[in-house]
Amino acid sequence: MRSNLGDRIFRGVLRLAGSAVLLLVLALAAEMFRTAWPAIHTFGARFLVTSVWDPVAEHHGALSFVYGTLVSSLLAMLIAVPLGIGAAVFLAELAPPWLRPPVAFLVELVAAVPSVVYGLWGIFVLAPLMRTWVQPFLGATLGFLPLFQGPPYGVGMLTAGIILAIMVVPFITAVSREVLLAVPNSQREAALALGATRWETTRLAVLRYGRSGLIGAGLLGLGRALGETMAVTMVIGNRPEVAISLFAPGYTMASVIANEFTEATSDLYLSALIEVGLLLFLVTVAVNALARLLVWSVGGAVKVVRE
Amino acid sequence: MTARTRRAVNLAMGGLTALAAGLVILPLVMIFAFLLFQGASAVNVDFFTHLPKPVGEDGGGMSNAIVGSLILVGLAAGLGLPIGILGGVYLAESRDRRMPWLVRFLADVLNGVPSIVIGIFAYALVVLPMRRFSALAGAVALAVIMLPIVVRTSEELVRLVPSSLREAALALGIPEWKVILRVVLPTARAGIITGVMVAVARVAGETAPLLFTAFGNRFWHQGLDQPIAALPLQIFAYAIAPYDDWHRQAWAGALVLIGMVFIVSLAARVATRGRFSGVR
Amino acid sequence: MRTWFTALTLLVTAATAAPTGAQTLINGAGATFPYPIYSKWFDAYTKVDPEARFNYQSIGSGGGIKQISSRTVDFGASDGPMTDEQLKGAPGELFHIPTVLGADAATYNLPGSPKLKFTPDVLADIFLGKISKWNDPRLAAENPGVSLPSTPIVVVHRSDGSGTTYIWVDYLSKVSPEWQQKVGRGTSVNWPVGLGGKGNEGVAGQVKSTPGALGYVELAYAVQNKLPVGLVKNAAGKFVEPTIESTTAAAAGAARTMPADFRVSLTNPPGDDAYPIASFTWLLVYKEQPNEIKGRAIVKFLWWMSHEGQKMAPDLHYAPLPAPVVKQIEGRIKEINYRGKPLMVAR
Repeated sequence: MRSNLGDRIFRGVLRLAGSAVLLLVLALAAEMFRTAWPAIHTFGARFLVTSVWDPVAEHHGALSFVYGTLVSSLLAMLIAVPLGIGAAVFLAELAPPWLRPPVAFLVELVAAVPSVVYGLWGIFVLAPLMRTWVQPFLGATLGFLPLFQGPPYGVGMLTAGIILAIMVVPFITAVSREVLLAVPNSQREAALALGATRWETTRLAVLRYGRSGLIGAGLLGLGRALGETMAVTMVIGNRPEVAISLFAPGYTMASVIANEFTEATSDLYLSALIEVGLLLFLVTVAVNALARLLVWSVGGAVKVVRE
Repeated sequence: MTARTRRAVNLAMGGLTALAAGLVILPLVMIFAFLLFQGASAVNVDFFTHLPKPVGEDGGGMSNAIVGSLILVGLAAGLGLPIGILGGVYLAESRDRRMPWLVRFLADVLNGVPSIVIGIFAYALVVLPMRRFSALAGAVALAVIMLPIVVRTSEELVRLVPSSLREAALALGIPEWKVILRVVLPTARAGIITGVMVAVARVAGETAPLLFTAFGNRFWHQGLDQPIAALPLQIFAYAIAPYDDWHRQAWAGALVLIGMVFIVSLAARVATRGRFSGVR
Repeated sequence: MRTWFTALTLLVTAATAAPTGAQTLINGAGATFPYPIYSKWFDAYTKVDPEARFNYQSIGSGGGIKQISSRTVDFGASDGPMTDEQLKGAPGELFHIPTVLGADAATYNLPGSPKLKFTPDVLADIFLGKISKWNDPRLAAENPGVSLPSTPIVVVHRSDGSGTTYIWVDYLSKVSPEWQQKVGRGTSVNWPVGLGGKGNEGVAGQVKSTPGALGYVELAYAVQNKLPVGLVKNAAGKFVEPTIESTTAAAAGAARTMPADFRVSLTNPPGDDAYPIASFTWLLVYKEQPNEIKGRAIVKFLWWMSHEGQKMAPDLHYAPLPAPVVKQIEGRIKEINYRGKPLMVAR
């Protein structure tokens, strides 16, 4: 085909747009690395294992933030994965067809609620609920476990985990649903032909086939939870400390950046905060990359973009 | 297992998964109900037309925050849409070897980056050189967040355009670039607009990246190179404060924000109902 | 394509047009401690000088120091004075201009809101985590008539860099050698115990909603939210409540011996009526202003603030500046210049 000037220019423009995305991500990574370098250089590997965060003495260790991020996210996963996959199974397999579109739509709306609104609800509804009913109850029944000891603040790790679960579960539902829909019908038909009930079909044919994709969906939810900022900042208690109890206040990587970025008075302090951001960046990229690989392995180009 | 047991299990699992779905939706209902209950009373004409009052005084509104959010989102769209749509077209139409794969991968990477990290990037890129917080910095942060969504949705929709359409146009002797601009894009337009609306709904509620880019403003903005108020920022500031009147305004603001986001999401849904169902 | 383009152009035009006319926007950020009076002042000042708009974001003293040092705002605000090191790190000479006097009040959430008495060592030990229950014998000893519950004390401190914190820990460092050694003073410290709240607003909000909480906030925040404040034993051995009078008494000694750069600590002063945890709060401005119009507006405001503005302070429970201090401030304002030319028009 004759490639005329117009085509060549156009292709050039397109290539430029494509490379803009490339450049953006590279610039992001490079810029963060550059600004975090002073802290990386000063603290080295100690940064990851010390929990002391002392801006006065300029001792910075990110352990309490890493711990807080991991614990709150894992807690969220414990709640959100069963719920999310269960809801996805309902939507994709077991629900009557007339019910599916409205429920799917409502799930999408849950995902569309901004983080700050969840935080607002968390402060005024969830935290008092936790403080007045849930935490005293858990303390009374399960208080022999170090997980449930300590005064009921209302805010803290448990509340943060719950609110993260609420925020992340619609994504897990949506992606899991896509994964399940991508399972070929032949699998279902084979099971049904053998006389299986709807649930048995789901369990034997669909869930097993889509297992890696479902794990991927869970990981995508995890990636989301790790980076969640506003709602968590509003209910976690903002205390940089590693504590066993779920009632205790904590701090996450995203929250400390949100709270302290505009006031890091020394260059090293700011650099330390950016290093925390860099850590967060690397962790979420790794989790997301793994997640997508798993999801794609099920049904080819499963639609995962609209998160 | 007897047939009866199996049927019972089937019913039970149907019930359990329905319960799961219900639990997923429950917070939405609770939040919406609470917002309506607490915030509806504060959503009045004053709210939309007045500026915030000094600390501790009742009354005032969030007019500057609402307008500020609209400006930020509009500017972000202006920055992000051209690159995003063209990027999507690139991924769909390009015959290059490896670059499209890399771009697609990196777009997905960018999609998963926490918005606060993108805020740090915008701070380093725009706030520091300009030596001030600005609407522009906030818009840049939001544009970067929008970009991967727009790119991937555009790519999908351009791919969906039937090749018969392309071939017919090419057979008439129209150069390829004109085919893409005048035939393919207009056909995919509705879907692309949907993708754009989804992206817009997503960034309209973003707070974290604005904390140290747009910064907030108690008055009307004075230009794009100055700090600007934004609805989510104002909600956050009021939510963590102790004043009851501010709390009511935060609820009202949340109601307005969530209303805007829902309407856009709903519109996007309605636009694609039935169409492009093959993509799912 | 075309409609989108037109829409964008319209939007950009609308956005870039300053809707309220040719006004100078002056951006400032910093302390939450004086935010109630600052927001009142900036609002009232729009009537005094309609051409100037002061946009103040209350992000904490640490933020104020940081932003003015990086010149991303036109003025900063802090109740923790900048250290010599911080001043050296700024790109120009920064002035501390005192604005009002305020008090850090110990506020708490207990049923019946009793008036509690605190001694310095008890306060220090609560924040060190050594006293953890309300009915601890040392607290009960000073408050004989009050029935204190056996619930834990939920300590609330600042999660952001704060001058209010600085005032509080400056006091604790003076009265508790253990605090001085373990924690020290600064706008952000390594707290032994407690929850973090963002800004005075956040701490007050946290105390208000958490039964059994104890935190420190600027007096205005406690009063505006109807939170009880405790009495603290001062250096003279008297239990004093934070009020305008006791705050003014705290500054009495310092007013006579004020250093030229106004950086002075008022905590734990002598005097029977002095409240021991009070402080000046300062606006941070560059001696050499980079922009003439903004500089002139700032200087005009500073003059108004130190004279007419002081009348608004008592309504919001801040103590006005002592007269000798105002005189000294006048001299300082006259030194602020643009390229060598003083910006203060002769009054």
